[in-house]
Amino acid sequence: MEEYLILMRLDILTKEAQPSPEQLQVYMLQYQEWINGIMAEKKFKSGTALSTEGRVIQSDFIITDGPYVETKESLAGFIIIYAKDFDDAAKIAKKCPILMGAGNSVEVRKVIGIHKED
Amino acid sequence: MNQSEILPNLFRTEYSKIISVLCKQFGFYQIEIAEDITSETFLTASQVWGIQGTPENPAAWLYVVAKNKAKNLIHRDSILKKKILPHYKRESFVSDLELDLSEENIRDSQLRMIFAVSHPSIPIESQIGLSLRILCGFGIDEIARAFLSNKETINKRLLRAKNKLRKNNVSLDFPSSLELEERLSSVLRTIYLLFNEGYCSQTQDSILRKELCLEAIRLCSFLLENKNTNTAEVNALLSLLCFHISRFDARLGGEGEIILYADQNRKLWNQEFIKKGEYFFSQANLEPKFSKYHLEAAIAFWHTRTEETEKKWESIFQLYTGLLELESSPLILLNRAYALFKVKGRDVAIKELKSLDLKTNPYYFFLLGELYSEFEPEKANRYYQKAIEFANTELDKLVIRRRMKC
Repeated sequence: MEEYLILMRLDILTKEAQPSPEQLQVYMLQYQEWINGIMAEKKFKSGTALSTEGRVIQSDFIITDGPYVETKESLAGFIIIYAKDFDDAAKIAKKCPILMGAGNSVEVRKVIGIHKED
Repeated sequence: MNQSEILPNLFRTEYSKIISVLCKQFGFYQIEIAEDITSETFLTASQVWGIQGTPENPAAWLYVVAKNKAKNLIHRDSILKKKILPHYKRESFVSDLELDLSEENIRDSQLRMIFAVSHPSIPIESQIGLSLRILCGFGIDEIARAFLSNKETINKRLLRAKNKLRKNNVSLDFPSSLELEERLSSVLRTIYLLFNEGYCSQTQDSILRKELCLEAIRLCSFLLENKNTNTAEVNALLSLLCFHISRFDARLGGEGEIILYADQNRKLWNQEFIKKGEYFFSQANLEPKFSKYHLEAAIAFWHTRTEETEKKWESIFQLYTGLLELESSPLILLNRAYALFKVKGRDVAIKELKSLDLKTNPYYFFLLGELYSEFEPEKANRYYQKAIEFANTELDKLVIRRRMKC
């Protein structure tokens, strides 16, 4: 098993501005189900959501606010999972509930350098 | 509390608090920004709690996130301005912005918000819509369902109302003592109609309908917590709402149709609400003040009595007569005629009814049908038929047709 990072990118511009309590409830359950499914397969390592606001530090050490409102894709959160290979990881990532929102995306990256090659 | 109910419940209780505090801080004209921040806060919660589980103190978590989002927005805004205006200096208050989320400030902000959204300068259906959205945390689609309308129409209506309030410079200041009585009566009318929307609406979703009624009761109770708004009239209204809702479950049949008073299962009447109604009614009568809500509460009180005494219907008749002096409506006239039937019998009631000019009102013909049904079934059926002709909903027609069979 290898470790994969699943990055969740959210389109903060076109998101449903006024979700109802029922919609929120559905969103939360969808996340829980997704995470629980990964846990049930013993493939969940860790994860967290990120604040929608942040700071961007540029190469000249100027610190600005970010992610910018103009940015269509901002990082909403990430989880680290165990998976056999990229295909296996992508299969899990495909079920991420944020993909139901138009413009959202999920990125899968392999974590390298932690485990030595066999 | 069940895990799956946490978020919707918090939405109901905290949405209005967060939005009210933000509006008090940034001004009512920023209400859309306040709404966005609040909605975004709940959206973030749905994601984070889904991944990490619900925090130990969910409400406090929401406040921290809302506070940060507000701070960040102002901060970001200042940077935008810096880009546009090279000489713009970042205002120092930005970094030390503190939202006062003390219980006292939350209460005060909410109370001001109740007065703002019930401002008489906007149409009553907008007042109710804004109350549902901003004070009760209802989703746009729920409001649309309650008003038998669609999302776009409701969105437009709320937008227009907010623009109007902004244009009229409605502030979140507490009304001055000179204005208070008038503004409060506008607030009470909104709560009254909000309750009616749930109690009499044609939406078949009975859970939603009861929810509307309970929200009206919650808002009315909220007014009693402040000494300036704890008046005889507010107590009378709350008492009226409690008496009414005590019969909520008994008056709806399996298909959402109305079950007539005489046929209701009295065991389904909620005694707890009846007791509450009695308590607030006694509070309402501590001062020698008098309002339409007092009269209606007294009528509703008599309806919660199970024993069919002469005094009951005699009192109801007198109270309707009093109400008629304050305002005249077909419903009051018909209800009064029914009470008259209970007190003086059929002939007097029929004579009274026939003197009324309500010849297109379905309930008028229905009541005539009821009065004739036992003695002249054929005549009764003709009236029932008339009632069906004028009935507005299929459910009403169903109820009338059922009476025809017997």
